[in-house]
Order: sequence, then structure tokens, then C-alpha cells
Amino acid sequence: MYGALWRVLPGPIWVRIILVLLLVVAVLYTLSTWVFPWVETLINNQEATVGT
Amino acid sequence: MTEAHAATPPGRRRTKRRVSVVGVLGELLITAGALVLLFLAWQLWWNDAVMANQQTSSAASQSREWIAQAEAPVTPQEPSDLATPIDYGEPPVAAPPEHGEILGVLYVPRYGPEYARNIAVGTTFDVLNSMYLGVGRYENTQMPGEVGNMALAAHRSAWGGGMHLINEFQLGDGIYVQTADGYYTYRFRNLEYVQPSAGDVLAPVPRQEGVAPGERLITLTSCNPLLSTDERIIAYGVFESWQPLSAGPPAEIAAQVAAQAQEG
Repeated sequence: MYGALWRVLPGPIWVRIILVLLLVVAVLYTLSTWVFPWVETLINNQEATVGT
Repeated sequence: MTEAHAATPPGRRRTKRRVSVVGVLGELLITAGALVLLFLAWQLWWNDAVMANQQTSSAASQSREWIAQAEAPVTPQEPSDLATPIDYGEPPVAAPPEHGEILGVLYVPRYGPEYARNIAVGTTFDVLNSMYLGVGRYENTQMPGEVGNMALAAHRSAWGGGMHLINEFQLGDGIYVQTADGYYTYRFRNLEYVQPSAGDVLAPVPRQEGVAPGERLITLTSCNPLLSTDERIIAYGVFESWQPLSAGPPAEIAAQVAAQAQEG
């Protein structure tokens, strides 16, 4: 899967490394901006109070 | 260029041909594991820090608003005045606002020199998980300065971690609440570790339900141990004094309040 991705990327090795890093940044940005906040609303919230 | 890379060692060519269902499945599982770890890191550190910053700056702007609304101009106290604090008598007790509305700003120097949080009414997630609030006062507990017990709750970690350092309290530490009326100074007295069901820590006399209160207490509650919800950690503080906004903030938080005023 990731091997195929690596072979699909064009250019010499340093171009591929830069492309991979850009992809990683894009994925992390997407996750932290949209995916994780949404996931947080789905999983049980941490109860912090007493007497409940 | 591609020709140069095509001439890969035999070992690599062999693995290339072996891309299989199991191989892809393995990579997917590793990816899933990495995603779970990333989510935890996001929740416990990244988003926690983002929310802590946002909660602090909205508390600062609430503080500025009240100081600006104060009738008498805020005059800085001379250092000589601080040694012998003026007694302003009985503290004023405001009427509790509606659920979700801000009743005060909490300052705890033990939590950090810039720590400030809005205290809102209610301990549901719309308060505790809010970008702008973070600390909730249990409904039907007392108001700042009122005889009895003002009980507050906040997360220990994540969502801004309003009570992250609650276990660090030392006897006599200042716990300050600023309201539209003034500054209320409480002093930390003791910690207690209880079961989550121990609702009697919120009683006007904590742990003694039905007893008429004689003291003004503040009670901070959060989760214990860190990163767990198995127990609750309770910090009690005793009211010491109050001063109107026009008298300026108590000495220990004076620099912080002054810095907040400059942000705006």
C-alpha cells in the first residue's frame, strides 16, 4: 500500500521525500482540524464531576 | 531517472511482487494504531493546549470587562497598603446567573502565573468542554463570598485541563475569584480523594449533609488519578477576605491582572 504510493510518486528520491512530507502534513492538518473534533463528539466524554 | 530507480536490488523487487492481502491488511492495522495514538496526542496535548489558551484569554477579557464597568476608578495600591489589608467587611453575594453564564473568573497562582478561567453555572459538558469557559460551578451550591460552599468542577486533562495541577496545592495557597463586585480570596486548606459518587463534598459543610454552615468555603473537584476517571480529587479552600474591584486585585495576582489589561 505505502510501497505502491512511494512508486507512484514522481521524481528523484529527494523530491519524493518532500512530497511524502507534504502529504503527511496535509493528512495531519485534516485530522486535527476536522476528523478528530468530530471523533471526539462520538466517543464517551470524560466525566469530571462528583455525585453523578 | 526512472530507469535508474528501476535497477533496484533483487531483494526489493522480490518484496514488491509480494504485495498481498495480508501485507495491505498489516499496513492498514498499523495505520489504525497510529491514528489512535495521534488522536490521543491531539486530545491530551494539542487540543488541550489550544483550549487552555482560548479559555485563558476569554477569562482575561471577562476580567477586563468587569474592571472597565467598575464604578470607581481602579487605583493601584501602594505596596505599604498590602502589608495591612483593609477590611472591607462582609463580602457581597451576587444572585446566581443562568446555566452556562459566567459568574466569576478563577485565578490559581499554583496552577501557573497566567492561569485564569471563567467560572460558569453548571457542570455539564457545554460548560466544562467549552472553548470559552472550562470551569463550572455545581448548580445549587453557593456563590462567591456566600456562607456555605462554592463547589467547582473542571477537567484534569484535555479540554483545557482546568484542574490539571490540583494535586500540587500547598497549605495556604491563594485561590482567587473575581466577580463584577470584587475579588474574593480563599486559602487552600486540604485535599481529599473520594469516589465519584461522593456528592456530599458539595454540601454547605462538606461531607456533613444537613449541618448549617458557618464558614465560606470553596471546593474544587476534578478527576483522579491523572488521565483516569476512577476517583475524584477534591481541594478545599477557606474564605479569607474580599476587596472591591476599585481597590485593585490582591497582591499575588496584581501583576497577572495588569498584564491581562494590557492584552486588550
